[in-house]
Amino acid sequence: MSTALTIAGLTLKELSRRRVVLAALVLTAIILGLAAWGFASLPRASCGRNPCSEVQIRSAASILLIMMMFMISFVIALGAAFLAAPAIAGDIESGVALSILPRPIRRRDVLLGKWLALAGVITLYTLVVGGILMAIVSLATGYQPPAPLLAVAYVAAEGVMLLTLALLGSTRLGPMACGIMAVVLFGVAWMMGVAGAVGMIFQNQAITNIGVIASLILPTDGLWRAAAYHLSPTFLLATAAQVGVSGNPFIVAAPPTPAYHVWAAVWLVAVLALAAYSFERRDL
Amino acid sequence: MRCSTLPTASSNSPAPHVAGSTTVNAPLPQPEGGAAGAAIRTLDLVKQYGSITALAGLTMTVGRGEVFGFLGPNGAGKTTAVKLLVGLTRPTAGQAWLLDVPIGDRVTRRRIGYLPELFRYQDWLTAREVLALHCALADIPAAERPREIEHTLETVGLAARGGDRVGTFSKGMQQRLGLGVALLGRPEVVFLDEPTSALDPVGRRDVREIVRGLKARGATVFLNSHLLSEVELVCDRVAIVDKGRVVALGSLHEVIGGAQAVRVRLTGLNGAGHAALHSYGDVRHEGDWVTVTGLDADAVPDLVADLVRAGVQIHAVEPRHDSLEDRFLQLLTRPDDAAVEDTS
Ligand SMILES: Nc1ncnc2c1ncn2[C@@H]1O[C@H](COP(=O)(O)OP(=O)(O)O)[C@@H](O)[C@H]1O
Ligand SMILES: [Mg+2]
Repeated sequence: MSTALTIAGLTLKELSRRRVVLAALVLTAIILGLAAWGFASLPRASCGRNPCSEVQIRSAASILLIMMMFMISFVIALGAAFLAAPAIAGDIESGVALSILPRPIRRRDVLLGKWLALAGVITLYTLVVGGILMAIVSLATGYQPPAPLLAVAYVAAEGVMLLTLALLGSTRLGPMACGIMAVVLFGVAWMMGVAGAVGMIFQNQAITNIGVIASLILPTDGLWRAAAYHLSPTFLLATAAQVGVSGNPFIVAAPPTPAYHVWAAVWLVAVLALAAYSFERRDL
Repeated sequence: MRCSTLPTASSNSPAPHVAGSTTVNAPLPQPEGGAAGAAIRTLDLVKQYGSITALAGLTMTVGRGEVFGFLGPNGAGKTTAVKLLVGLTRPTAGQAWLLDVPIGDRVTRRRIGYLPELFRYQDWLTAREVLALHCALADIPAAERPREIEHTLETVGLAARGGDRVGTFSKGMQQRLGLGVALLGRPEVVFLDEPTSALDPVGRRDVREIVRGLKARGATVFLNSHLLSEVELVCDRVAIVDKGRVVALGSLHEVIGGAQAVRVRLTGLNGAGHAALHSYGDVRHEGDWVTVTGLDADAVPDLVADLVRAGVQIHAVEPRHDSLEDRFLQLLTRPDDAAVEDTS
């Protein structure tokens, strides 16, 4: 365990020394600044001839907030993939691993240390960015989503899930290939999630099954849907039900089932264990 | 005179055990040195990468406290052997023991140091931080770490640069740092894979001093090299490997044999001159220079006299001190399965 902590500390030091953290903070500040500007101008918007009503503003704010969070979840997923992809593969490629691994340590502890540090960074980043975004919306428009903290937690979990997958790839692939693999899989899983929802509307069993299978293989999309659900106020869901947009990945009417939660947790532990096993068996 | 050879080279050992699944009690070949146990033992160690055979049945024993040279041309399997011993890869077949424990054992690795051939250290850390990291990973007691780090920086000649980032180091300085990493915690066995590849002559001499220091405190040094002169200066025993197997193993004297060599620069070489040369030993031509190996040192004046009598003009005569190199070439130009014997 002390090895894992040593490696976790080293990984954090690397992120800060390589200015990854600084770059992320600057970019985030720009995004949040733009968001603040946008949301602040929302109450002054006009709907037709008259100024918008309270309800109209809150509806717009709720939809915009979901879109913003989707974008942030996307950035976080990309960030997770590109932080984790070189975590093991980069050390192997550069040769740093050659001097570290013959030490009296277990490779799985090295992997766990990297995972702890990166998962911590992703979670903290999501909490901070999500929190600031919620605060901006609340201050600018007076709107608060039903369960902001839960929504942010699900987005963080999505990032951690992708991070874990990329870490598994990192034990076998080169850093580039691994990053690309993680991002492509993430995109495919999202598309399949949309396809599955569309299949349900049209009651097409084959398309629904594709969606279900994809969400079992890589359950990231289910986590996004959970986040979207917790960001969707009842009035929005009611309107959506009338208009019939239930295939929409941004407006989700039902929370994920307990079975999904169990599967997501099992998936995470299993992939992490597989990554450890794969790293242990890797010839260097 | 005769060099001890162990090219049993059975790439199909009858009961291939993957190391780690074997107990220490398995019957072992006795170490040459005797009672203290061996630092390193391998038995028909085989490593295959797909269709490439990197090691084809490596069998050898390195006694404790020995400085052992592992010599061979590029691609002979030297780096592969070391990677197997330090646990970076697993053998395809065969067995090996490090300090009498089957390889792959984590705790035993507390007692080794390793400088990889392709050394790289975190370039965003300072040299001191790299050493501190390895102290932590090697489980060196926290109280001893600062002294250990400063002492190591001193030993490898980086005391003045300890606070600088590795990214600002030259390749040679990074190799010095790598040596330092390998020396941390007074390891019992130190593996150095081409330790002077990036070093200038001063660095090479420093490495020799470090190796002698290790020997003086009883550590075992396993030195991979294709540079014969390096090995000649510091090693007690050497193994010469080629194509994944040992082609000669023994003390330097045994491997080189008693043979001497002489280089002669000459012009006007005629048939009689040729005959004279060949009557003294193996002849190799390099431009105007002719190297005669396997002749008695006392025979050099006679050789020169014979050449002069044959009408050959002699411009220079010098003894070859780099006789290991001749032996090396001799061994490697032999057909694969020929028994290795002295030709003298
Ligand atoms: N990871 C690897 N994958 C495939 N082939 C390898 C690998 N490592 C070494 N080899 C091959 O094994 C042989 C021995 O290599 P190596 O042990 O590095 O030789 P040396 O250190 O003596 O120069 C070479 O033919 C090399 O190409
Ligand atoms: Mg090598």
